Amino acid sequence: MSAAAQDAPDTVAMLEPIMNDSLGRVLVIVPAWNEQANVGNTVHEILSRTTGLDVVVVDDGSTDDTAAVARAAGATVIALPFNLGVGGAMRAGFTYAQRRGYDAAIQVDADGQHDPAEIGRVLEGLRTADISIGARFADKGDYAVKGPRRWAMVFLAGVMSKVAGTRLTDVTSGFRAANRRAIAQYVRYYPAEYLGDTLDSLVAAVHSGLSVTQVPVAMRQRMYGNPSQNPIGASVYLFRSIFALGLALMRPGKTTGGQTA
Amino acid sequence: MIVFLGIALALVLVSIVVYMLLTRKLREKYAFFWIVIGLVVLVLGIFPQLLEGLTLALGVQVPSNLLFSLAIVLLLGVSLHLSWEISQAEDEIRRVAEEAALLNTEVERLSARLDQLERGVVTAEPPSRPNATPVVDRVPDEPTLEDDSR
Ligand SMILES: Nc1nc2c(ncn2[C@@H]2O[C@H](COP(=O)(O)OP(=O)(O)O)[C@@H](O)[C@H]2O)c(=O)[nH]1
Ligand SMILES: [Mg+2]
Repeated sequence: MSAAAQDAPDTVAMLEPIMNDSLGRVLVIVPAWNEQANVGNTVHEILSRTTGLDVVVVDDGSTDDTAAVARAAGATVIALPFNLGVGGAMRAGFTYAQRRGYDAAIQVDADGQHDPAEIGRVLEGLRTADISIGARFADKGDYAVKGPRRWAMVFLAGVMSKVAGTRLTDVTSGFRAANRRAIAQYVRYYPAEYLGDTLDSLVAAVHSGLSVTQVPVAMRQRMYGNPSQNPIGASVYLFRSIFALGLALMRPGKTTGGQTA
Repeated sequence: MIVFLGIALALVLVSIVVYMLLTRKLREKYAFFWIVIGLVVLVLGIFPQLLEGLTLALGVQVPSNLLFSLAIVLLLGVSLHLSWEISQAEDEIRRVAEEAALLNTEVERLSARLDQLERGVVTAEPPSRPNATPVVDRVPDEPTLEDDSR
């Protein structure tokens, strides 16, 4: 993989050509729900590690100071009136990107798990595909996932690889970039259901003829607070994800007349 | 006695539905189902023989079994319909929420820009445009709006 060749230190130098090249204007969409402890850091890090990127934080009905912290850090804030879930937040973000004429958009989680230094690498994936997924444990990084959640990931990755016609190892990763075509597709259809934001949206995108690629990235542990998945929920996660994926696959290509899968 | 109860129940149901319709508390599409149910109960209340006849014709053992099964099927239909409607409505609410948030963001952006203009600090390019020439704050040579009002 090319990841080994390019080392971390000169990420900023690496980003320079991206912004001035064919990728054009890029929007970073940060879904955040009660992340006041992390979002400031994340936004600050994104702005300082990259050049020429706009950051929009979608504050999903937080009850804490997420919006104010994000604004202070230099992000534009889309404040949803109540909690819509990651799916709704991302659709709002993509709609914003489309209306403001961005050429590409990339999702970066507010909790600090997605290393802003890797944004450039994930965006690079858009040169060969419409959707680029930053995948963990593609032989990189120390972010470990165990137990049922890991099994679910492996299983989902297997099925999604078939659907997408390319090898994918981490299909629930939220660290993903979209070009104009993919943004338009997301605005038309971005499910809000549980796991729909990652799985169903991908299936729908592939069914509508978009191509997907993955880029290995290192992921970090979230900085403060707990992930929405607790250990007890991990087995439930396995079953719900299978359910979500099954539904997504049975759904006819609702965005286009025919199907490609 | 039980016959009168049945009739009374049906009458109450139908009049509640009609009342809600008249005061626009219920939309026609939901009312339809309830009126049908009310009428069926009314007819069965007035002519209990109908139920017995139907029980015989269908080969059901006891009339009450038939009645309960019918009621369950009807209520299933109603609740399925409601779930469907509510999913639909939730979808619309979500869209509206997103739209409201986006408009809010847009208003914030525009009013920030308006403030700048009113202060007479005009930027070469609207803010938040990457790759455009660096944003330079400059005092305009042209008179601003406020100067115009002289
Ligand atoms: N908009 C929005 N974002 C959320 C919600 N729940 C979690 N997030 C964000 O999604 C990202 C990932 O959440 P996290 O709980 O770490 O999930 P995990 O990384 O998949 O375990 C973080 O940036 C959260 O702030 C939600 O309901 N709405
Ligand atoms: Mg996380």
